[in-house]
Amino acid sequence: MKFGQPSTLPRWAQLSILPVLNLMAALLVTGLVTWLIGENPLECLKLLIHGAFGYAEGIGYTLFYTTDFIFTGLAVAIAFHAGLFNIGGEGQSYIAGLGVTLVVLACDKFMPFWLLMPLCMLVAMIFGAAWAFIPGWLQAKRGSHIVVTTIMFNFISYSLMLYLISHQLIQAGSQNPASREFATNAWMPAMKDMGAAIGLNLPDTPLNASFFLAVLACVLFYLVVWHSRWGYELRTVGTNSAAARYAGINVTKVIIIAMCCSGAVAGLASINELLGSAHRLNVGFTNGIGFVGVAVALMGRNHPVGIFLSALLFGALTQGGLDLSFAKPLITTEMVLLIEGLVILFCGGLENLFEPFLAVLFRRRV
Amino acid sequence: MTDFAIELMGICKSFGAVAANRDVDMKVAKGSIHGIIGENGAGKSTLMSILYGYYHADAGVIRVNNRETRIRSSQEAIRLGIGMVHQHFMLVDTFTVLENIILGAEGGLILKHGLAKAREHLKQLNLEYGLEVDPDAVVGKLGVGLQQRVEILKALYRGADVLILDEPTAVLTPQEADHLFRILRALRNQGKTVILITHKLREVMDTTDNVTVMRGGQVVGNVRTCDVDKAVLADMMVGRKVNMKVDKQAREPGEVVLSVKDLKLVDARGVNLLKGLSFDVRAGEIVGVAGVAGNGQSELLEVLAGMTEATSGEVHYKGEDLVRRKYRQPKAAALRKMGIAHVPEDRSREGLVKTFPAYENAILGHQRDPAVCKGWFYRRRDLIKHASQLISQFDIRPDNPMLRAGLLSGGNQQKVVLAREIHANPDLFLVGQPTRGVDIGAIEFIHRRLVELRDEGKAILLVSVELEEIMALSDRILVMVGGEISGEVPGADATASALGLLMGGGDKH
Repeated sequence: MKFGQPSTLPRWAQLSILPVLNLMAALLVTGLVTWLIGENPLECLKLLIHGAFGYAEGIGYTLFYTTDFIFTGLAVAIAFHAGLFNIGGEGQSYIAGLGVTLVVLACDKFMPFWLLMPLCMLVAMIFGAAWAFIPGWLQAKRGSHIVVTTIMFNFISYSLMLYLISHQLIQAGSQNPASREFATNAWMPAMKDMGAAIGLNLPDTPLNASFFLAVLACVLFYLVVWHSRWGYELRTVGTNSAAARYAGINVTKVIIIAMCCSGAVAGLASINELLGSAHRLNVGFTNGIGFVGVAVALMGRNHPVGIFLSALLFGALTQGGLDLSFAKPLITTEMVLLIEGLVILFCGGLENLFEPFLAVLFRRRV
Repeated sequence: MTDFAIELMGICKSFGAVAANRDVDMKVAKGSIHGIIGENGAGKSTLMSILYGYYHADAGVIRVNNRETRIRSSQEAIRLGIGMVHQHFMLVDTFTVLENIILGAEGGLILKHGLAKAREHLKQLNLEYGLEVDPDAVVGKLGVGLQQRVEILKALYRGADVLILDEPTAVLTPQEADHLFRILRALRNQGKTVILITHKLREVMDTTDNVTVMRGGQVVGNVRTCDVDKAVLADMMVGRKVNMKVDKQAREPGEVVLSVKDLKLVDARGVNLLKGLSFDVRAGEIVGVAGVAGNGQSELLEVLAGMTEATSGEVHYKGEDLVRRKYRQPKAAALRKMGIAHVPEDRSREGLVKTFPAYENAILGHQRDPAVCKGWFYRRRDLIKHASQLISQFDIRPDNPMLRAGLLSGGNQQKVVLAREIHANPDLFLVGQPTRGVDIGAIEFIHRRLVELRDEGKAILLVSVELEEIMALSDRILVMVGGEISGEVPGADATASALGLLMGGGDKH
């Protein structure tokens, strides 16, 4: 297939067979590396899968990571539908975490859960949106490239947060660069507790109600992007800005709003991390979820169903990989990153690698 | 026995389920001008792309100079002596003619030697074929006609014996086109073979020796040009009798709908694109704007449609000056609401979002119209129903509102745009190149609709580079050259040669 030509494959094959083949290829190369460093690839794969899905606690952790990746993946996808490549999900989540922390530190003494939690979500979205607004504004009004500005804003957020946490928000008398622990009325209900309430015995994992929020976000994403007036304008701007101009769509405004929405959704990941699991603000709590979000959106082809599935894949890789690195001393966390990197390479960068071969097969059959 | 430069036998090529070429046979005699004619989507371009190595035929045999060959890439085509002049030129604007010509054939690491050798060769080619191109001119500063000749030179420099030209006259004035055909005849007389892809019957009749007529991916006839006439060819192309004339009764126009006074547009680089235009368009008349592409017609349409801000001047419409009026929403949206419909010149880039299904394209520009969308969310079922109605009213094929617009043929894409804009029931209709890349059957339909709109009392401003179209439809014809109106001719007594003279009357060439 020549670059830029539309694929001749049927859509269902593009959406199902291709990603699976890409995933297999990534696993194959990983297997080769594993074998080279002297481990048994099949055994490692078994451990990986077992770590992610083999027992209840593993599943809990997998879904916890999945929640993060759904948020950041959706964030990247929203911007992508406007033709923007938002690499700044990391910084936007991080800064959103600041907003959440400020609200909680100020209000968790007196505000009840049912008021505090929505407020936290709102502030997380506002902080994330604000951090994305500036690159969005610069892109729309000044033509500064969004990829460059969002990457730079990630670095700004790292330094800013490090300063704020270690100098301003740090718990008095502590050596640990983190805020004080949040009061329990600011905790997102854990899955274990919710399960217990309806008589289910679930293991103790960081998985919390944010997961449902993420699923809800997927549904909303679908409705807004494909069924709303604004979503229509968003997609028009993203696919054909000349047509958008013709249609009387305010391209500048759509770009800025799309970036703000993107930042807001990325911001929600901080709810899962801070209120769902850590219950305090740590340095670097985002730990790369914004970047994984880019891969998730790419692999999920910017569709909520795809994003959910690829977020699940990356969640499984994260959790299964951690288990694997505990079990096999030769497989370090860097090796797990290598696996993720290969998945991104094959599913994102080389997504059409097998297209020509498949196309030939399909043509023969027809 | 005639010597054939190119023989194609049983060529088949499909894209997915669509068969672009089915069992195509064609023979091109050496030293002849061979026309390939057919409606859009008839498979002409696909066939030539196969010959030039862009696509690979699924089946069939290609013989070049009586030798069976496989052409895997355009490099191989060039090696076999096949050259192609594309519709969109492949030139580097900032390079000189000479630099452009040796591009990709520099002849060694040191540029100077290659340039010197090329200069000699070029001089010879220039003389032989009467191309009249200055090797040291910067390409970006040349007119379109000259740029095209640079493309021809490029192909000849690479040793092309067979030259394929894809719709070469689409961008030329009649005078430039005549010059081009003189060059093509000179090429033929020197023993070169020319393949001319076109949908203009006049060109085929005037210049070619043989014609291949294509329809629906198949060859419907290989004929000698002297054995046929225009009407026969048109029938073969469409497969039925075509009425080339538009039925139009004389009609007294009503009141002035649009009044433009001293309209000027200067772009960011300080180039004067519109130099003080003044004209009126009345209800119930079609005002045609003729001119070679790139003389300000596109900018005029964009300004009137609100996509570009005029620098100065007045545009009076419904008692308001559209230039000075304040807008709270994007101007294009506001004007559309005021009853100005716009069929953009470049429908596939501006008028449609190709990746959207037809039903979504049927509301482009009207997405905030209360009739389309009452709240924040669309009701998809209503949109699909609306699109289905338009599809049946305008006979858009295939009649599937879910089909992506990019998969429709040019004519049907244009019908989608027209249907959408006509449905809005506007008072002023801005129409740019309504039948560019549209097949003859659809042209007839579109012309009839435009005349119907005029008879309903709409004001229509029609911009087109097709003189025949302008002459057939317009009540008055304005000719634009270099951002100015160089003349106005009543539609009834316009002739191609008179318009051609006005069109060439500028300082451009």
